[in-house]
Amino acid sequence: MDAVIIETIIKAIVIMAVLSALAGFGTFVERKVLAFMQRRLGPTHVGPFGILQIIADGIKLFTKEDLIPQNANRTIFMVAPIITAATAFIALAAVPILPEFEIFGYTIRPIIADINIGILYVIGVMGAGLYGPLLAGMSQSNKWGLLGAARTTVQFLSYEVVTGLAILSPIMLIGSLSLIDINNHQSGGITDWLIWQQPVAFILFLIAGFAETNRTPFDLLEHEAEIVSGFATDYSGLRWGLFFIGEYTNMITIAILTSLLFFGGFNDLWFIPGWLAMILKIVFFFFLMLWVRAAWPHIRPDQLMWLCWKVLMPIALLNIVITGLVVIF
Amino acid sequence: MSELKNNERNLGTQKYVFLKGSTNPTTAMDRFKQVIKRTFSKELFVGLKVVFLQMAKGPKSWHTVKYPQEKLPISPRYRAVHKLLRLLESGNERCIGCGLCEKICIAKCIRMETHYSETQRKEVTEYTINLGRCIFCGFCAEVCPELAIVHGPRYENASEQRAHFVLKDDMLTPIDMLKNQDEFPGFGALSDDADKKVKKTPLAY
Repeated sequence: MDAVIIETIIKAIVIMAVLSALAGFGTFVERKVLAFMQRRLGPTHVGPFGILQIIADGIKLFTKEDLIPQNANRTIFMVAPIITAATAFIALAAVPILPEFEIFGYTIRPIIADINIGILYVIGVMGAGLYGPLLAGMSQSNKWGLLGAARTTVQFLSYEVVTGLAILSPIMLIGSLSLIDINNHQSGGITDWLIWQQPVAFILFLIAGFAETNRTPFDLLEHEAEIVSGFATDYSGLRWGLFFIGEYTNMITIAILTSLLFFGGFNDLWFIPGWLAMILKIVFFFFLMLWVRAAWPHIRPDQLMWLCWKVLMPIALLNIVITGLVVIF
Repeated sequence: MSELKNNERNLGTQKYVFLKGSTNPTTAMDRFKQVIKRTFSKELFVGLKVVFLQMAKGPKSWHTVKYPQEKLPISPRYRAVHKLLRLLESGNERCIGCGLCEKICIAKCIRMETHYSETQRKEVTEYTINLGRCIFCGFCAEVCPELAIVHGPRYENASEQRAHFVLKDDMLTPIDMLKNQDEFPGFGALSDDADKKVKKTPLAY
């Protein structure tokens, strides 16, 4: 029993360390990719190819003054970024990232808790993450913050519905909510991938994932041209950095979930070993988010709502009905 | 519009295209059709393709100029920090101390002190331009009858001290650098390749 507890603690620490480092690296990659797509250079001066820019940014964030506005609700203002970052990491507890491997003769499963409601738990915790921006915006007595918080609620709550409905049809085919089961269900090579059976669900899930991670074309929460920085207007230094880490961790989580649900997860692919295939898939979906950001404009809030409730949700419901009929007959 | 030849309409050789604005759909069915058309017309993917190709091109497509290390060439008519020229033949200062530049300066930033030398020539003892006030309008260079004060290409004139903005010695061509002094063709003179760069105004528009 002690061994399990120690193993779990070590796994948790490793995932947290790796993911926060990856989130920092993600900001660098985003700046570089966006720069190349917009014919610029991106960060170049600090270190080779500007890669040490992450450290420079980190030092800047850590040493900045932690401002708390006069009229803000201090406690909530201070707690809100922690909610965002924490829920982003907690959601990863039920997500298997790599296949099992052996180290010093000891088999390690790279998942903290293989609970039988895995995907439901992940979606739920990510949904709880909306309290971060919401409370942040409400607590700072700033009209842009308030608008950002309102948009957060509207956007996240609506797209939770689409996410849930979109993954319902693959789950009906698999018959399990555990992400390990979902992965094993697609173990028979590329033809077993759920994308072939559920292309509509994949598109819906991807769109909803973009909305939930607050990415372009759905980056209404902190859209600079309209509401300064939305819920993060009054934040500075490390607290602002926590929002950033949370956002990038959520992006990675969505990338992992998409790969697991629709693209065969960490099963071996031809000659590519499973762990490498999984990392390549995650990298691709992360890149897709940056790619889309470079190419597409963002949409208006009313278009966002229109898209969610009048287009995506009916399609998701139809998809469920059709999948159900196929499963029965 | 009837077909006119380009030279009749005084158009350039480039092609101008009339853009027709699209009409908004009025009925619900039209709106629905528009949504369907936009969703499946692959326009979004064209956007993705364009930016990806830009990235794939790599360094060829970069526009960034790393400014302190790299500098863009500037036009010969660029109006930056002034220069005081010398006569190439004798090395004497071109300035005859007439004071027109001081008079015409609308920012009142030029100040000169003159006196008659032993040869009864007017000599300029002090000539200062307060670059902190100068608006680089070019009037002084335009009015100068001797082409003595001109605008040079030096645009990096930030300084820690205001005293640095006003030195005559910085503006005057050093006597040992006389060989390298570019002759100034006169204020407002066109560059050699001006004809190539200027397009005809499309009067029809």
